[in-house]
Amino acid sequence: MKNVLRWFRKGRWVRIFTVYFPAVMFLVVTLFPFYWMSISSFKPQSELYQMGKPLVVSNPTIEAYVKLFSDTMFLTWFKNSLWVAGVSTLIAVIVGALGGYAIARFRFTGRKLIGQGVLLTYLVPRTLLFIPLYDIFFRLNWLDSNWALIVSTLTFVVPFVTWLLIGYFQSIPIEIEQCARIDGASHLQVLRYVVLPLSAPGLVSGGLFAFTQAWNIFIYPLVFISSPDQKTIPVGLSMMQMGDVFLWGQLMAAGVLASLPLVIFYTFFQRYMVEGLTAGAVKG
Amino acid sequence: MRSDLQPESTDARLESRTFWSSLAGSANLQAYLFLTPLLVLMIGFIIYPFVAAIWLSLFDKTTGSAGTLIGLGNYLELIQDPVFQRVILNTCIYAFGAVALKLVFGLFMALTLNQDFKGRTLARGALLLPWIIPTAVSTLVWMWMYNDIFGVINQILVNLGIVDWGLPWLGEYRLAMIAIILVDVWRGTPFFGITTLAGLQTIPSDIYEAAEIDGAIRFRRFWYITLPQLKGVLIITSMLSLIWTFGEFQIIYILTRGGPGRATHVFSTYTYEIAFLGTNLGKGVAVSLFILPFLAIAVFFLTRYLLQTDDTRDVV
Repeated sequence: MKNVLRWFRKGRWVRIFTVYFPAVMFLVVTLFPFYWMSISSFKPQSELYQMGKPLVVSNPTIEAYVKLFSDTMFLTWFKNSLWVAGVSTLIAVIVGALGGYAIARFRFTGRKLIGQGVLLTYLVPRTLLFIPLYDIFFRLNWLDSNWALIVSTLTFVVPFVTWLLIGYFQSIPIEIEQCARIDGASHLQVLRYVVLPLSAPGLVSGGLFAFTQAWNIFIYPLVFISSPDQKTIPVGLSMMQMGDVFLWGQLMAAGVLASLPLVIFYTFFQRYMVEGLTAGAVKG
Repeated sequence: MRSDLQPESTDARLESRTFWSSLAGSANLQAYLFLTPLLVLMIGFIIYPFVAAIWLSLFDKTTGSAGTLIGLGNYLELIQDPVFQRVILNTCIYAFGAVALKLVFGLFMALTLNQDFKGRTLARGALLLPWIIPTAVSTLVWMWMYNDIFGVINQILVNLGIVDWGLPWLGEYRLAMIAIILVDVWRGTPFFGITTLAGLQTIPSDIYEAAEIDGAIRFRRFWYITLPQLKGVLIITSMLSLIWTFGEFQIIYILTRGGPGRATHVFSTYTYEIAFLGTNLGKGVAVSLFILPFLAIAVFFLTRYLLQTDDTRDVV
């Protein structure tokens, strides 16, 4: 009793309302859909469509996962997504590093214009571009191919990566680069051997941002891709239904698997992903 | 190119802005070599399509045809069309509603995470998950949660005796709008939370100490210190989110396809319907261009605050 009184007097109970209660509420609301996805993926068909006890699994099974691989093209979509996201990320980081370095370090005519252009092109919404891009890819004969997806992904990933890297490059002391130049290194060598190693965190942030976005693209593949075997995960999943019926067990299993690569990256590189996320909005 | 190898010119190019005019054209050449891939992408696949979109919107053009120039015909037709008026209203309700809620919840989330408690790092990591997971996946999970009969939301509501029958979350026009906004708020709040938290951590603590000496109570400290200090971050985050939310397609397309009726059609889904299902490319593009006034406002604030607060870059 004494303890309880002391606890109240110290004002600790205030913390329940200001800290623990809101924190728990946020966690429950945020994580519940993931819980629901996971348990749904392990439910047998009979439990999936049963009323009464939605929050527990009585007889867990991997039936949905087995069917996902045997009955659907999930594996093909997964491979396509990996390829598109991987190549886009690689190109985005290279293009962003070259361009970002030029903007950060060179003094040239039109520098300010291009620097601002990078920011502005980042802000152009995707829904504005998909019709004219469709027309361009049609003329390039790229429709229904990976290249349409890679290039369209690059349109909204590269400006951000460049923007992120400009900030990184400018935070590196210029004297290091000057020393390398005096020793006879070319600009490309300075970038390759001096600047890039020093801005590794920026490259990781930019790369993870690019991969996450590429893994996520929806409207472009929906419009540019028509063959089922060229689809990527998001569009493939949204069309995974038998007539009018969604196969919820398999869909939830696919959701778990499609989230895995990002969850793994996020577990190991959380700091960099958060950095990529906040770079645009917060100073520095 | 020869002079480029000399160290003194290097120094000038790297360091001094005042000397740039005296540099040979080779400096420009070097820079533009580095910039070529970036510029090809920006001009060829963003700026050119953007201009092409505006040009295309002046045509009556269907897929495969050459099209005829009709000036502002598509726009005039659209603003007189009651369906499109509904689409404008829907887009505004969706975007402003969702951004306002994300702002409030995000601020609340940041204030919670900014306090010391056990497991804070873990909580911060977990709260970001909706932003990381592919939107198509989480939207499909929500669709399953919204299911009329077997969805978990309706089952819980029925089990608790709040309703007798499950609510038609995606089948009734007001509920459908609420449902798509909820998913967007769920997915977007972490972005607000994390950027606001980063902003909170840049507020110098001595301001609070001074206020404490003056005896300012919690709410007043929040109102007169925290909020004004966060102004920049909150405006930037809201404007970025406004641009994204105005262009949102995935959540709505997957959950409702713009239905029931036209109750949740927004610019992006209506563009898709007119251009690809109705094959009217010119009119479809005109629909998507209605986003421009909102975009312009957001960009105005963004460039103002982003460039003003960012003193690590001298570019822009």
